[in-house]
Amino acid sequence: MNDHLLVIFPHPDDEAFGVSGTIAKHTKKGSPVTYICLTLGQMGRNMGNPPFATRESLPLIRQKELENACAAVGIEDLRQFGLRDKTIEFEDEQLLAEQFLSVIDEVKPATIITFYPGYSVHPDHEATGRAVVRAVKSMDESARPELLCVAFARNSEENLGAPHIVTDVSDVFEDKMNCIKAHRSQTQWLVNSVEKDPAMLEWVQKERFWRYPL
Amino acid sequence: MQPIQANDVQNALDQLIGKDLYLHLETTNGAYANHNNESVLTVNAYIRNGKVTPLSGKIMGIGPFRVGLKIELGWIYAEGLTHWEIDSEGRLLLAGHDQEGRLAVALQLSSSPFDV
Repeated sequence: MNDHLLVIFPHPDDEAFGVSGTIAKHTKKGSPVTYICLTLGQMGRNMGNPPFATRESLPLIRQKELENACAAVGIEDLRQFGLRDKTIEFEDEQLLAEQFLSVIDEVKPATIITFYPGYSVHPDHEATGRAVVRAVKSMDESARPELLCVAFARNSEENLGAPHIVTDVSDVFEDKMNCIKAHRSQTQWLVNSVEKDPAMLEWVQKERFWRYPL
Repeated sequence: MQPIQANDVQNALDQLIGKDLYLHLETTNGAYANHNNESVLTVNAYIRNGKVTPLSGKIMGIGPFRVGLKIELGWIYAEGLTHWEIDSEGRLLLAGHDQEGRLAVALQLSSSPFDV
C-alpha cells in the first residue's frame, strides 16, 4: 500500500513545531515523505542575539538549517519552490495549486499535511493552505489523498472542535527536538521554553491535526 | 554586523552620494504581533530594489540612530538603527535589532539589485 506523506508549508521551520514528530514516525517505518517548502523565510526577524545574520545572509543560513532539519527527521525528498517570504498571498493561487498538483500526481501521497485556511495566523500560511485545498478539490473525489491541517489561531478549537487526530510523538522526541534545534536562527526561544516549561513540553509531544472538509 | 559607530556609517553614506543605487527599506514588528498580543497591530512594510540616487545622507542621534537620505523629489528615512556592515558584495547594510536580537528595521543600499 502506498503510504507516501506530502507536507506543504511556506517557511523553513513550519514543519518543525507541529509536524516533525509525525514525519519522524513515518520515516522510521520506512515510509517516504516529500516536503514542499515554498520560501527560505527570507524576511524572518530572528537574527541571533547578538545578531549573526543579516537581511541578506539570512536566506542561505535558513536554507542550510532547512536541510539539516530534514536530515534530522529522515526527509529525503525536499522540494524548494523558490518563492519569497511574505509574498505567497500575492502570487497566482491557481498557478500555485497547479504546481502542487504536479507533485501530487508524481508522488501520489496517501496523506497531505498543510495549514488550515482561516486558522493559521500568518498570511503565507493561509495562502499556502488555500492553494493546497484548491489543488485537492480539483482532483476526482476517488483520487483525493487525505488532507490534514494544522490550526493554531486562538479560535481554532472553538470553531473547529477538538483536533480529529492527536499523535503522541514522545517516542521520537529526540528527533523532533533535533529538527527544531536545526532551525537555530528561528527557534532558540522554543528550545529554551521546552526545557523550562512543562506545558510547552506537553505541547511539543502531541501533534494535532484537523481533517479538512472537502 | 557591528554596533553602529556613527562616524563610520557617515563615511559610508558619503561614498554613496550621487550614485544610482538599489534600496531595501523595511520595518516590521513580526507577523505574529497581534497573535501574541491582541492590543498590538501587526505592522510590516518593505520595498526591495527601489532605484534611488541620494543627493545627501546623514546619520543622526546617539543610538539607536536615525538615517535620512535626500533624493531628488523626496526623502528616505529609518529610525531605530543599531547595527551595520559593508557586506562581502560591498553593500551598505543598516539594521535595528531589539533586545532579543530580532530585526525591527532595515535600510540597505547596493549598486546592484538585491536577490529576490
